[in-house]
Amino acid sequence: MLFFSFFKTLVEHEITVELKNEVCIRGTLKSVDQYLNIKLDNATTTDESRWPHLIACKDMFIRGSVVRYVHLPPGIVDTNLLEDATRREAEAAKAKAK
Amino acid sequence: MEDKEEANNEPLDLVRLCIDEMVVVKLRGDRELKGRLHAYDSHCNLVLGDAEETIYVADDEDEDEPSRVRTITKKLEMLFVRGDSVVLIAPHAPIVH
Repeated sequence: MLFFSFFKTLVEHEITVELKNEVCIRGTLKSVDQYLNIKLDNATTTDESRWPHLIACKDMFIRGSVVRYVHLPPGIVDTNLLEDATRREAEAAKAKAK
Repeated sequence: MEDKEEANNEPLDLVRLCIDEMVVVKLRGDRELKGRLHAYDSHCNLVLGDAEETIYVADDEDEDEPSRVRTITKKLEMLFVRGDSVVLIAPHAPIVH
């Protein structure tokens, strides 16, 4: 749930999604779900000469499982908050496993 | 199950100790990342800061010669990595260049 909550804080921001088949797509994050499926608006590929078949796609749904990376705008990520949330989640997971 | 305090360590405890430290992450597809670990979960989804990606590409133009390995490196300021690509996570000893 940590990364689901994290991505919800990034809604309406510009992100770049790199897929497992090398395709890179930049767009505005519109929504995300528990599988980390992503909806992007105003999407463009970062290299239109390489992936011309995607030029026509403006709004898209990306299945979470095909994502390799999400490049994030650095200014909007509160790393201290993220680290504390990670520690809390790790503790909770451990308590549950006992 | 017996409740020994230090004995019930989990593999991910090593990763927890790496929070806000430099780590090396090996990924599927001959890729490697070095960066500061800001977040992880049980799927090995990660967030890395100040990351450097290295991709190892085999350069086999000549079929007779053993293929040379070319590397591509990229700098990435803040990066989410999906856990299903992750092979291993290791602490990275700080090296002063």
